Amino acid sequence: MTGNRVKEKILSVGIDIGTTTTQLVFSRLTLENTASLVTVPRIEIIAKEVVFRSTIHFTPLKSQHEIDEQRVRELIEREYQSAGITPEQVQTGAIIITGEAARKQNAESVLRALSGLAGEFVVATAGPTLEGIIAGKGAGAEQESKKRGATVVNLDIGGGTTNIAVFRNGEVLDTACLDIGGRLIRFGDGRGEVNYIADKLRSLTRSMNLSVTENQTLSSGVIETIATRMAGIIEEILGLVPASPQLATMLTDHDLKRDYQIDYVSFSGGVADCINRSQSGDDFRYGDIGVALGRAIANSKIPQKLQVLEAVETIRATVVGAGSHTTAISGSTISVSPGVLPMQNIPVLKLSAEDETLPLEQWGEAILRKVQWFNLGGEKQNLALAFSGTRNLGFSEVTTLAKEIIQGMKEVLCKTCPLVVVIEKDLAKVMGQTLRSQLEFKKDVICIDTIKVENGDYIDIGRELVDGNVVPVIVKTLVFNY
Amino acid sequence: MEAKIKQLIEDVLREMGKESGASLESSAPQLPAEEPLVDLTKEDLKEQLLVPDPSNREAYLKFKGATASRIGIWRTGPRYLTQSLLRFRADHAIAQDAVFNDVSADFINEWGLLEIKTKCVDKDQFLTRPDFGRELDNENAELLRKNCQAKARVQVYVADGLSSTAVEKNAKDTYLALEQGLEGHGIKVGTPFFLRYGRVPAMDAVAEILHPEVTVVLIGERPGLATAESMSCYMAYNASVGMPEANRTVLSNIHRGGLPAVEAGAHIADVVKKMLDQKASGLDLKK
Repeated sequence: MTGNRVKEKILSVGIDIGTTTTQLVFSRLTLENTASLVTVPRIEIIAKEVVFRSTIHFTPLKSQHEIDEQRVRELIEREYQSAGITPEQVQTGAIIITGEAARKQNAESVLRALSGLAGEFVVATAGPTLEGIIAGKGAGAEQESKKRGATVVNLDIGGGTTNIAVFRNGEVLDTACLDIGGRLIRFGDGRGEVNYIADKLRSLTRSMNLSVTENQTLSSGVIETIATRMAGIIEEILGLVPASPQLATMLTDHDLKRDYQIDYVSFSGGVADCINRSQSGDDFRYGDIGVALGRAIANSKIPQKLQVLEAVETIRATVVGAGSHTTAISGSTISVSPGVLPMQNIPVLKLSAEDETLPLEQWGEAILRKVQWFNLGGEKQNLALAFSGTRNLGFSEVTTLAKEIIQGMKEVLCKTCPLVVVIEKDLAKVMGQTLRSQLEFKKDVICIDTIKVENGDYIDIGRELVDGNVVPVIVKTLVFNY
Repeated sequence: MEAKIKQLIEDVLREMGKESGASLESSAPQLPAEEPLVDLTKEDLKEQLLVPDPSNREAYLKFKGATASRIGIWRTGPRYLTQSLLRFRADHAIAQDAVFNDVSADFINEWGLLEIKTKCVDKDQFLTRPDFGRELDNENAELLRKNCQAKARVQVYVADGLSSTAVEKNAKDTYLALEQGLEGHGIKVGTPFFLRYGRVPAMDAVAEILHPEVTVVLIGERPGLATAESMSCYMAYNASVGMPEANRTVLSNIHRGGLPAVEAGAHIADVVKKMLDQKASGLDLKK
């Protein structure tokens, strides 16, 4: 029966504009209906293959505070040309602007300019939580945690930040981000002459009773001391040594929870290559503290106390993660009004587990209450309602639930935008059908399932694939469990 | 051989029943009154890990969550644990009940369905004479003609097949979702009815009496140890007696642990729509 199976290949792009480097990859995702002839279709991503890797470029900057938008654009255009791919061929993917680069004044406008260029359904997105998860997936930590049934932490140590994601049995367990990176101190030609030091590192060195300023020349001993302290912050966040007051300063957002056992560690990001090759080469070959930081990590308690897994991607982990691992596929029995997709950046309102235990007749009120949290000012501002739907629902319950959803979402329903419902369990087709029928077929409805989202996520939903059976979905997790 | 074993098991079970019955009557006072009998089948096997002290319980349960197979049930020597053995038997009993019990009159009356039957006179004949389960006698054909709309675009009916339990648990939810879905496509459904002692090809006989464009039957599947509640849906365009089996479209595995009944109904509505558009079913139906 394999001959009957529908196979479809889609092209995905990943673009990562980081503190130090800008990269691009194209990945080919193969979708296949893996179900037998006598069951409903089950379309899954059965293969992911990186088909093009760009050169690793330095991120063009206009100043310390501004990305050179024009040159980034040109650079991406050139890479599309050398890959022989036009934006129209690209069906999914993610552009992310990461680390320190995301804090540049014009980060937003760079993203906007690029998302138009890169393809119709390519999503501009950022935020340290998502970066860490994407890098961890690109590095293979997620896969390894699933394969080994273990807890794996991936440390993506780039130029500006260290993005941390902890995976257990293939699921994200925890995330954090530190202002620790290889290019937070940069040296001039004078070998050890500081020509840039990031503010956070200045405060870290101050806590060590060192005063580092620009144009000052540091001895290799001092550089090593600073690098060791930076590695020490990572030891602290992993709970290998007691936390110092500086840990809080170096966090960009929230801390790790440290209430679980870590089995393995993997390293990605540019500095990862300096960890593995720490013993050879010139410390100043990149003109920054990266090589020393890599060596300090290699000599730290991290590889001593945790088992090290080799990452499948190091400096390219984030871009490969963005290209290959951000797109999920919805369930194969869904309900989508024609011509409405793609849709982007829809905030998610997820009902809590407690809400879901309420009698169905009270769901409308619960939804209504939560809709107030969102600013639905603009005519186009949509909201996706999500719930897990773990109960085994009969038809009359589906009917009740649809009525409650319509009541709860009335603020969205008076706009022109479609009603978007995301369910974890396999229920979307009948729910969409019932909603549409109750709305007297006057309203577009997007009802998809087998997608897990959380409150505070944003989602993008692409055009229907494989005979309209599935849609590609990108879930953008901006906060995690906090 | 098989019959002998079956007989043996039945004898043993009967003995067990007698014993427990006897003990209830004669020695009831000695039983601790507070200890109610546990219904073994209430426990979700996917969440029951009997391996003592597994090194990674979470990962093991994840594996178990992906299959209805009985993995992680441990052993005593080379044998099953008593708990597993009893569960096997209990699930087997459920499967037997699903086959041998009749779809209740309450179920049919509550729904308000017309009930007809095939040529089989009782359950035993139904199980031993598959040919009778495909045919309707004149009396039942006449009942259909009298009570059901002829030449409907879509005729949906329910048959017990090999699991009455499956039908009672799923058929109505699937039907209602299917009906709503077809209405959404602007397609009217004929008069639904219940066919007792019905096998799949009875739909051909039904089609020759009522002449719908598409015939749809919701029918109980032969139960297994994983579930006795699984229902199938067979569909055919312009069905007729002697049509090739390849012209039937089937959707199986409709139950709460597989494809939920309501979701199935919504899906079937789209499949039926496709059949009407393409005037085809089975392998002739294009994606």
